[in-house]
Amino acid sequence: MYQYDDYDRRIITERARQFRGQVARRLTGEITEEEFKPLRLQNGLYMQLHAYMLRVAVPYGLLSSTQVRKLAHIARTYDRGYAHLTTRQNVQYNWPKLADVPTILDELASVEMHAVQTSGNCVRNISSDHFAGVAPDELEDPRPYCEILRQWSTFHPEFAYLPRKFKIAVTGTPGDDRTAVRFHDIGLRLVENAAGEHGFEVIVGGGMGRTPQIGEVIREFLPKRYLLSYIESILRVYNLFGRRDNKFKARIKILVAALGIDEFRRRVEEDWEASRTPALELPDAEIERVRAFFTPPPYETLPPSDTQLAAFALGRDRDFGTWVKNNVYRHKVPGYSAVVISVKMPGVPPGDVSDTQLDSIAAVADAYSFGQVVVTHTQNLVLPDVKTSELPRLHAELVALDLGKANAGKLTDVITCPGLDYCDLANARSIPLSLEIAERFDRIDYLNDVGDVSIKISGCINSCGHHHVGNIGILGIDKRGAEFYQLMLGGSPGNDASIGKILGAALSQDEIVGAIEKVLERYLLVRESPDERFLETVRRVGLEPFKQAVYGGAAAVGAA
Amino acid sequence: MSAVRIIRDRAIVDDDFVHVPDGAELPDGGKPIVTLARYVASREALLGRYPALGVRIASDKLPGDVPEPGRLALIAIEFPRFSDGRGFSVARQLRDRHGFAGELRAVGWVLRDQLFYMERCGFNAFELKPGKPLESALEAFGEFTATYQAAVDDPRPLYRRR
Repeated sequence: MYQYDDYDRRIITERARQFRGQVARRLTGEITEEEFKPLRLQNGLYMQLHAYMLRVAVPYGLLSSTQVRKLAHIARTYDRGYAHLTTRQNVQYNWPKLADVPTILDELASVEMHAVQTSGNCVRNISSDHFAGVAPDELEDPRPYCEILRQWSTFHPEFAYLPRKFKIAVTGTPGDDRTAVRFHDIGLRLVENAAGEHGFEVIVGGGMGRTPQIGEVIREFLPKRYLLSYIESILRVYNLFGRRDNKFKARIKILVAALGIDEFRRRVEEDWEASRTPALELPDAEIERVRAFFTPPPYETLPPSDTQLAAFALGRDRDFGTWVKNNVYRHKVPGYSAVVISVKMPGVPPGDVSDTQLDSIAAVADAYSFGQVVVTHTQNLVLPDVKTSELPRLHAELVALDLGKANAGKLTDVITCPGLDYCDLANARSIPLSLEIAERFDRIDYLNDVGDVSIKISGCINSCGHHHVGNIGILGIDKRGAEFYQLMLGGSPGNDASIGKILGAALSQDEIVGAIEKVLERYLLVRESPDERFLETVRRVGLEPFKQAVYGGAAAVGAA
Repeated sequence: MSAVRIIRDRAIVDDDFVHVPDGAELPDGGKPIVTLARYVASREALLGRYPALGVRIASDKLPGDVPEPGRLALIAIEFPRFSDGRGFSVARQLRDRHGFAGELRAVGWVLRDQLFYMERCGFNAFELKPGKPLESALEAFGEFTATYQAAVDDPRPLYRRR
């Protein structure tokens, strides 16, 4: 993984020192809370309902075991013994004291981590595929480009006061997008042109929030050397023309929709022609320099393990077999597998990991996966490089650590935002609902029968829980002072991107989980075969059968 | 009346320019900063009368809205709120694309913690928001000794210097 050199270290150290000064100026009253706000936000410090929240950047989700141990230490020393995995592959602490934050930043800097630009109206942490570097269907490892973009976006002088936040994702697997590139402000897909060269398909203006929008292609093929100059022009057009009068209409998706993709593209290309200089071009040497940090670990030469995996899945140990089926993914190197560690347990808020679990995960990563761990946008962890032959031993260890849940990608692998328990924007609680789902459906046979289905819960329209792209999406709303939930079906973040549609009138806390159960019962009834996934069935039969199931004859559509 | 103090080229100096709002009478001599509207309405007369003329532009104006920037001694870009970052791009375009070599001044809600970024985008003069200390603000310029991106202060990204 990427190692800081003297420049990177200096920049992060100087940033921590700068923030100490900013905190001091706030405490003396030299700057107002209003003026301090963007400064603390761009250092990852966000005011939640009860306390400050510190969001730590995990560039493209990749962590070393040393960093995981540091995260455990911070959870234990400065927080309440746990950390939270976010849907942008970051790590969040919900209870730090303001006075401790500069010290926490120093602790992070000691393991080459920071909280830079994890909040605020700036370019945020670059996200990527959690199977980057190991996916068998990958065209090229996207992480070197993520790192190049991380450096370019870090303290970019022109784009620190954008109209609104700005999120970029990169995928190196054009055939199976696991990063939701079409729901980002800029999505980059590594593609190959007719001449066999690799470049980027550039997608712009996607997003969720109150106006969900599938991004549009602004460039079908951008040669790599223009990556930074072209993105800079997109940001410049957005910075100059994006709306600043209304926070809810300030994202780039609103500008792209207002201008139309053709006019937006014309402005970007015009700026690009005028501003791109040879110095801005990304030289092959720089790509190679960064790529060298992502060379594959020292794999052993092993025979292919596909038959072994199949045997595991069908073996006598049913728990292990189910786990292999659900949580183990194919690897590009023969004899290796990628493993999803699910942290979604009954009784635990989705994405929460305790300090002792983090320490154990670090030890497991050292023992089985060359000391690396990846945070997924589904709020789980991945061990990217596990020898297939060692899966039984690994599984036994994970089970002992209470991390062996075989529910990756299944019904109880719920994604949620923090909701009304923590967040002052929320209308409704998300965590208790996810806990109820985890309990109600915690039967492995049922999970396997229902198959791959994603549930995503947001406590408000800002959609931090990505409800728009859940196969089943749940949105918390406020109905005359009471918490209600809208149910949506048919969303997907991937190559077949779609936005879920509202099923009917919002449901009360007492009704919502029962409604999900009815939807699933109906799915089991109307699916063509056990191979037809939930999403496929919804797309084939439409919403009507599910409306009938939940609301009976009288479905009041759209009422909220 | 004592002169207004500003930061110019990383030093605190007396402002030798004077802002002249629309409707106010123009001074007999000296260095006035007029609004873009006044400049557009009587450009030749103003340029003929004042060897060092400044123009102040609102945050929604683009470099292309300023005719003949090369003949101006100063362009002042307004920051109506500290969170309105349009001026960063306008400054950069004025320097990089229009070759503006005169004084580029940030005015309005200008704060110490923006100076480093502003300078990198081509500003060389700053009128801080009234009430903000100038002395300590000078420290902002030295807070970072390395930067990743190309900008007005150095057209080479770090990967061409590393």
